[in-house]
Amino acid sequence: MSIKYNDFVIRFANVNGSGSASANGMFAKALFRMGIPVATRNIFPSNIQGLPTWFEVRVSEKGYLGRREGVDIMVAMNAETLIEDVASISPGGYLLYDNSKPLAKALRRDDIHEIAIPIASMMLPEFTDPKQRSLFKNIAYLGALAGLLNIEFDVITGMVATQYKGKDALIQPNIRSLELGRDYALNYLEAPLPLQVRRSEAVGDRIMIDGNDAAGLGSVYGGATVCAWYPITPSTSVAESFENHSNVLRIDKETGQKKFAFLQVEDELAAIGVVIGAAWNGARSFTATSGPGISLMSEFLGLAYFAEIPAVIWDIQRSGPSTGMPTRTQQGDLIGAAYASHGDTKHPLLFPATPKECFDFAAQALDLADRLQTPIMVLSDLELGMNDNLSEPFEWDDSRRYDRGKVLSATDLDEVEVFGRYLDVDGDGIGYRTYPGTHPEKGAFFTRGTSRDEFAVYTESGEVYQRNMERLQKKWQTARTLVPAAEIADQGQSVGVLYYGTTALPMPEALDNLAQNGIYMDTCRVRAFPFGDEVEQFIAAHDLIFVAEQNRDGQMRSLLINELQTEPSKLISVLYYAGLSISADTITEQISDYYIENKLSRVTEVQS
Amino acid sequence: MTFVAKPKVHHPKLPVNELGLTRRDYEGSVSTLCAGCGHDSVSAAIVQACAELSLPPHRFAKVSGIGCSSKTPSYFLNKSHGFNSVHGRMPSVMTGSNLANRDLIGVGVSGDGDSASIGFGQFAHIVRRRINMLYLVDNNGTYGLTKGQFSATNDKGSTSKKGIPNLYEPIDLVSSALQIGASFVARSFSGDKKQLVPLIKAALSHKGMAFIDVISPCVAFNNHSGSTKSYEFVRDHIHNVMDADLIMAHDEVTADYAEGSREDVTMPDGSTLQLYKVDADYDPHDRVGALNYVQRMQEKGEVVTGLLYVDPDAVECHDIMDTVSQPLNELTEADLCPGSDTLDALNQRYR
Repeated sequence: MSIKYNDFVIRFANVNGSGSASANGMFAKALFRMGIPVATRNIFPSNIQGLPTWFEVRVSEKGYLGRREGVDIMVAMNAETLIEDVASISPGGYLLYDNSKPLAKALRRDDIHEIAIPIASMMLPEFTDPKQRSLFKNIAYLGALAGLLNIEFDVITGMVATQYKGKDALIQPNIRSLELGRDYALNYLEAPLPLQVRRSEAVGDRIMIDGNDAAGLGSVYGGATVCAWYPITPSTSVAESFENHSNVLRIDKETGQKKFAFLQVEDELAAIGVVIGAAWNGARSFTATSGPGISLMSEFLGLAYFAEIPAVIWDIQRSGPSTGMPTRTQQGDLIGAAYASHGDTKHPLLFPATPKECFDFAAQALDLADRLQTPIMVLSDLELGMNDNLSEPFEWDDSRRYDRGKVLSATDLDEVEVFGRYLDVDGDGIGYRTYPGTHPEKGAFFTRGTSRDEFAVYTESGEVYQRNMERLQKKWQTARTLVPAAEIADQGQSVGVLYYGTTALPMPEALDNLAQNGIYMDTCRVRAFPFGDEVEQFIAAHDLIFVAEQNRDGQMRSLLINELQTEPSKLISVLYYAGLSISADTITEQISDYYIENKLSRVTEVQS
Repeated sequence: MTFVAKPKVHHPKLPVNELGLTRRDYEGSVSTLCAGCGHDSVSAAIVQACAELSLPPHRFAKVSGIGCSSKTPSYFLNKSHGFNSVHGRMPSVMTGSNLANRDLIGVGVSGDGDSASIGFGQFAHIVRRRINMLYLVDNNGTYGLTKGQFSATNDKGSTSKKGIPNLYEPIDLVSSALQIGASFVARSFSGDKKQLVPLIKAALSHKGMAFIDVISPCVAFNNHSGSTKSYEFVRDHIHNVMDADLIMAHDEVTADYAEGSREDVTMPDGSTLQLYKVDADYDPHDRVGALNYVQRMQEKGEVVTGLLYVDPDAVECHDIMDTVSQPLNELTEADLCPGSDTLDALNQRYR
């Protein structure tokens, strides 16, 4: 049998809260440290302890990071889900299970390989404490996998040493458990399997990090000094990352005091209020939330749009509507975020696709908010935010200066003859602002959500109100030129595919699959709303555009139609919204089906 | 609406404070509230208090929510920035403002509709966070701008203008503030400037959360017989327990009250807070006692006013958070950005 290297999907079926996360994480990290591209996915319930949870690792020498359908190796550690877990294994795949209790006959499949290890029995004489026994079971499985898949054992033991540095008592039982598992695999099983790993150069200098951690770190680098937030899955770790990094990187060396304010507030209404109050008073501030939080923040977002106050909001999207599936991913908040609040409001959105982009956009969003004097929302999702992803390493140019936008200092105010907060001096729709307390005589103004004139004086004049709304529209046009441009690959094909955020992850694989079917497409990865000219041109230059996204209603497609007056029949939705991330298989299948149903010509057909 | 701006020429005999400024330098735009509105008296008291304390008129952050009360920050301290935010959300905006610049003097004005209903949660939480500010509620028991509905502070049995009684229990913001942890709690009456101005001065000198509930009658919708928030009712039922006066650091402390009834409290800015016990048994440093007292008197239909509780050694939110003394909004790249070398090291940690 020929050996297949570095190309499989392994899934660990666990019970939530059983200590499996640490062992699972070590498995993925070990492969990553061997230079093999991995993508991890936690599939977990909205629960603290007891319910089923799965951890999936996609291993791909080619560097495909999107989700792939099918499971090649199932590590079945949860009796409760055993039936569905066995059923989900691809034909020819492997079932790794604990045969301390025999596998029910009904579960047996002819088309898969069973790998039985009596882990529970093996642990019994080793550990007297039942809790320890259960914890180290996870580690023993990892040891067995090292033997079965040929993972470099030193890499794993090295990680144990680092992870438990200072808790030496834990190192020995971990190593012992690893060895128990590995030795069983080597002595009693046909190890290694024909499905193996081997050291690779494919990772390069990439790092492995989740998007939320990257966002928190990027906010530190971008100069955020105030973070107000309310816990909500899957966004919580953005705020926690900001606090953790700040506690190391933002401590005054002399006094030990904090150069940041971190406040968990009573709800999302308060979180956005604090952010707006801080930004009004000249501090860079941000919050992180998910869809339900955006709904709650909408009133304040309208105020900030109309009163022109910077704010940065991270929306780590999850499945809606309402509480929906709070621990599953989706791209369902586009329309809600883009037009959040009553009246004529619209807000710039950024769509990061990788941890590197989370880091970069965190800093850029703070610049954009200050420059445009308006809320900027960064739409990430659970897939990117909470899973460890391969990412280009972070970079920072030390000569970079924060763009604080148009702010007048006391000296500036001494020099200007006329100050009007909402005067469009430069013709870009953006006025000059002042921070409170700047000057004893000049520059003070009253901020309000009610209509006012160019000098911030309350007015109910319809003409003045309309003039202000038109200026805000002009500012929107300025925003189009400042937000991150779409990434376009144009080979002159007549068909294109447009996508954003984590739908980018499976796209290289989907494009390769489609090319094998004779379907070639240009690509446009939208990175921000409002859409720049390049998006408009991409749409104009193609006869047909597939819009791939992870929601039911084709929200990006709606935005394109609404904002660019695109002919709707030209935009074909490719949709997935069942809670996991969109897979290359789904994209390939939906686009191929469209080609077949509509008898579109493919390159292979032309050639034949 | 048009209004005539007040002439900027000062009367030559207007008293000048330590900064060489007169009361006029602390004023705001002309009020658009109803003639005789209690809120205008409160704004005037703020102007007088700030002028007498010689505070720089541009170093305030004025924040409000929505409603008649929340319009008033336009009517005082024109040289400072103001922010009329959304309904009940003054506390969160003020929290942010204070986090950004701890050096500015925070004055939050709210109403009973703003703070006791949609804003009740934010009120409670800013109190427990102990933001360094003056939180002043213009309390008239009614929704004026929407023409006279009962607010949550309206007493049970108190009637509307049409004579219909309020059926529900009132929320007492003073009791809530005492219970949740405000370190300065007072109640006053917009019709009693002699009491109100010194209380505002004391609150502005206090470090931490200073809350003043000001009964401020609504002349349009809640000043009739049958209302417990009318000028007449409040005057008849007011029960002052504790007068306060703030003596500036360099002024002489004079005693003109009966022996044993006065207490001098040194404030963080060096000024002296003189407390005069009107009720000899009242202890303004006993938080639980104050809460009991207020509740008992309320049962009798009495409106307890004066400085009800003060903790002169209180901490504020920045102390709790341990933030740097420099305002966060003044920090630059050099303070905030860890730089590329640190980032390279961090990258290594993620490998």
